[in-house]
Amino acid sequence: MPNTTAWSTANRGAPTRFDLIALLLVVGLLVFLAAASRGVLAPLATIEASPVSLDPSHLPEYAARSTLRMLAAMLLSLLFTFTYATWAAKSPRAGRILVPLLDVLQSVPILGFISVTFVFFMSLAPGRVLGAEFAAIFGIFTSQAWNMAFSFYQSLRTVPVELEEAARSFRLSAWARFWRLEVPFGMPPLVWNMMMSMSGGWFFVVASEAFTVGAKTVTLPGMGAYIALASAESNFKAVGYAIATMLIVILLYDQLLFRPLVAWADRFRFEQEPGALPPRSWVLDALGKSILVARFLRFLRRTWRKLGAAFRAAPGLPRLESPQHAKRLDLVATCVVGLLLLLALWEIRDVLVTQLSWGEIGVAVGLGAITMLRVFVLIALASIVWVPIGVWIGLKPRVARVAQPVAQFLAAFPTNLLFSVVVPVIVAWNLSPNIWLSPLMILGTQWYILFNVIAGASSIPGEMRSVATNLGLTGWLWWRKVALPAVFPFYVTGALTASGGSWNAAIVAEVASWGQQHVEAAGLGAYIADATVAGDFHRIALGVVTMSVFVLIINRILWRPLYYYAERKFRLS
Amino acid sequence: MNANLKPVPNAPALLDVEHARKTFPRGDGGELLVLDDVSLSVAPGEIVGLLGRSGSGKSTLLRLIAGLAEPSGGEVRYLGKPVAGPAAGIAMVFQSFALFPWLTVYENVALGLEALHVPRDEIRSRSLAAIDLIGLDGFESAYPRELSGGMRQRVGFARALVVHPNILLMDEPFSALDVLTAENLRTDFLDLWSDGKMPIKGVILVTHNIEEAVQMSDRILVFATNPGRIVTSIDVKIPRPRDRLDPAFAALVERIYVEMTAKPGRGTTARPERAPGVGIDTVLPRVSSNLLSGLIETVAAQPFAGKADLPEIASELQLEIDDLFPVAESLQMLRFAEVEGGDLRLTPDGLAFADAASDERKRVFARHLLGQVPLAAHIRRVLDERASHAAPKSRFLDELEDHMSPESAEQTLRALVSWARYAEVFAYDDETGMFSLENPT
Repeated sequence: MPNTTAWSTANRGAPTRFDLIALLLVVGLLVFLAAASRGVLAPLATIEASPVSLDPSHLPEYAARSTLRMLAAMLLSLLFTFTYATWAAKSPRAGRILVPLLDVLQSVPILGFISVTFVFFMSLAPGRVLGAEFAAIFGIFTSQAWNMAFSFYQSLRTVPVELEEAARSFRLSAWARFWRLEVPFGMPPLVWNMMMSMSGGWFFVVASEAFTVGAKTVTLPGMGAYIALASAESNFKAVGYAIATMLIVILLYDQLLFRPLVAWADRFRFEQEPGALPPRSWVLDALGKSILVARFLRFLRRTWRKLGAAFRAAPGLPRLESPQHAKRLDLVATCVVGLLLLLALWEIRDVLVTQLSWGEIGVAVGLGAITMLRVFVLIALASIVWVPIGVWIGLKPRVARVAQPVAQFLAAFPTNLLFSVVVPVIVAWNLSPNIWLSPLMILGTQWYILFNVIAGASSIPGEMRSVATNLGLTGWLWWRKVALPAVFPFYVTGALTASGGSWNAAIVAEVASWGQQHVEAAGLGAYIADATVAGDFHRIALGVVTMSVFVLIINRILWRPLYYYAERKFRLS
Repeated sequence: MNANLKPVPNAPALLDVEHARKTFPRGDGGELLVLDDVSLSVAPGEIVGLLGRSGSGKSTLLRLIAGLAEPSGGEVRYLGKPVAGPAAGIAMVFQSFALFPWLTVYENVALGLEALHVPRDEIRSRSLAAIDLIGLDGFESAYPRELSGGMRQRVGFARALVVHPNILLMDEPFSALDVLTAENLRTDFLDLWSDGKMPIKGVILVTHNIEEAVQMSDRILVFATNPGRIVTSIDVKIPRPRDRLDPAFAALVERIYVEMTAKPGRGTTARPERAPGVGIDTVLPRVSSNLLSGLIETVAAQPFAGKADLPEIASELQLEIDDLFPVAESLQMLRFAEVEGGDLRLTPDGLAFADAASDERKRVFARHLLGQVPLAAHIRRVLDERASHAAPKSRFLDELEDHMSPESAEQTLRALVSWARYAEVFAYDDETGMFSLENPT
């Protein structure tokens, strides 16, 4: 199942000028936000940090608050997905710039930018906790939305032609086509990507609830704030409570929201893999039997129909793609993009080029190289460990059925909760932070490798395994000729996800504190974290932009070609 | 013929297509002509069959009529009014059924009525009636994946009929079904049609199955490829229900085979040493060497002894014309056989090929490939001339794309590679995209 990844096939070839435009636009936006937030730092002092208590009786409330932030961000992400992806897919004209834009946004380590977005949002609602809440939700949103939008965009592009024609020939309106055909068709991969997003979101919600900008610390009551306070006070017991609470929350989330969602979305699967057991959920089964739920659903359906009728009554949208408009629209769009591009360049020149020396840029790039080395070594190590284990598990359906959800669950666990536990160990044993902080980066992301490999191994056809047995392929030969090629496409999917996540995690993993103890590794993540603590927005912007470019380049010259190579050469079926 | 609506020659037409053209933009900025100057009309009570091979534009024509595509030239008129977008009185049945897998049988059928904003209880009664009519009662709550292909296509029919269309468009509706199921569905459909139980007034059937066309149509329009166009119109006067064993039926099938294998401008070719019309710009069909050998062996053996009637081979080998014609034409192109008047006759080399052992066969095949297929000779010459004896695929793709669409160019090269590998005249490495003279180690 987990072999659908959000990956742009739209621009699989050589980078076009639209990729460059998209990159410049995003960098310009980042720099603009950084510059804008500089001036509004002062009002930040006026808000009181909400007090957080380490009393475990507050944990349910904190857990509920963190969860609500997640849900709000998820709704926002869905809204974004349904609009942005639809626009990009329906209008080839807009898609030319929207798709590369999404690609660039996807590689921005927003974790490093959280302070900037905070200040920006608080300037919108000055002196209020609401501003901080907006910022946190927006931050979580940026960690969730891109891959969902990509997944939906790809679904829209691959709706079977005959279904599309059937819908049109039976004269379904564009509105009806969207809800009756396109959304259902895109639902299974979208739900899968929502789960992936959720995993990333927990990591982010914990990081975004407590952090320091300059001399000020902002705290939003929640699990992240709780754990931050626990580490600041070196309270092991409280950390233990927090971890236990988080485990329960994620378990509930999984059982009450995602299992039912996955089981429900299975009906929208276009092709049923033969022999695959449909996913089940006791919650969904129970809901399905309830009369109250049925009544509620009927009510929803009726409301929905009325809404549809109201929508029909509204004046129709002008046909944007009709040839008469096309030329004029093209001109307007080119002007708008050109103008934005100029603004972006201006901001970049104004803030980055004039304020930062080449030496500073060199430092950032050098630290980026160190972090890159770390990510690659870690991915390699994780692969050596998890590929054999994943293959072993995947070939045993019984074990796989248990291990798969466990790995997905572990991926959802926000490992930044554990970071503070590691620091005392490093300090006590006097270990080198440059080496021993590194594993934290991959702690949460290694599971992507594991569960993708499990999925790959379980999809090896029985006949192929029989042939291998029949020919007497064993040992290294079997691994080289059967197992590794068969799981390779799945492995690449997992490894690229893990790699992307690890870059983001570097921002919190390369620096860690426990009480008064502070350890730090050399790397771009630590650079961004330090700049955040210092409130130096130029260096934050520089660090984030550098990291985005690193991720983008690695994706373009390593993961993406590898992905297509694997798809072409090794995909069974 | 519909019992209530006998075709009346001078009645106002349900549908008129006048000089319809359809082109698609090509990669190099040019245009690819897929449908050229097609005119037809459908009278009330008539089933019109559009018969042709894949690529003859018949499905494209159907989509113009359905309002799913716009003609590049000419006009489609339904009840006298130009068709702009899907029209209310035209419904379509699809080759792959095109059912919504997440909707039940009932919901799939009801969907078309919902789109028309019919009141709820009318949706219910009409949907159930359509399900009943098409023999699906009891399956209302089933999902398409639970149904066999035949039942799925019945849902496709019910969904089309429920909107009470005047014209039913059928896009190879039986070709995804096995032989028995297809026959069962066809007879059921014809029974309903003859009894006038369906709300439809006219039918357009797209098919590549000659017997199906003869069995179902009142009039057959035979299409030719490159560009797609109508070459003949044949009225089918055989009374219904039609029997395949009826000599008139078999004679008509034979006649259509002759029409479809007739070569335009035959005898005028100036190069008798080569099959007519074969140049470097010829699109090669993807036919495996196994199929070529298989057909040669079959025709060489008894009872054919070197000369076979195409309809006979088709029924003997259970091949449809889309399978059989490309093989027959490839043999003709390679000068292993002559196709004419609905017959396939092996040449002396074809007969020799049939008798030869594996290595000898490869030698004969190589000689014919290089001698008769200009593209093969061209690639071989380039490889011979180069010091490295290697050339990238893109070089030849570019050349081909001057003459054909990128897809056709890709297909042509793939087809040639498969023949060349069999004949061992040159090698191709898909990983590097290189042609070479080396044999893989």
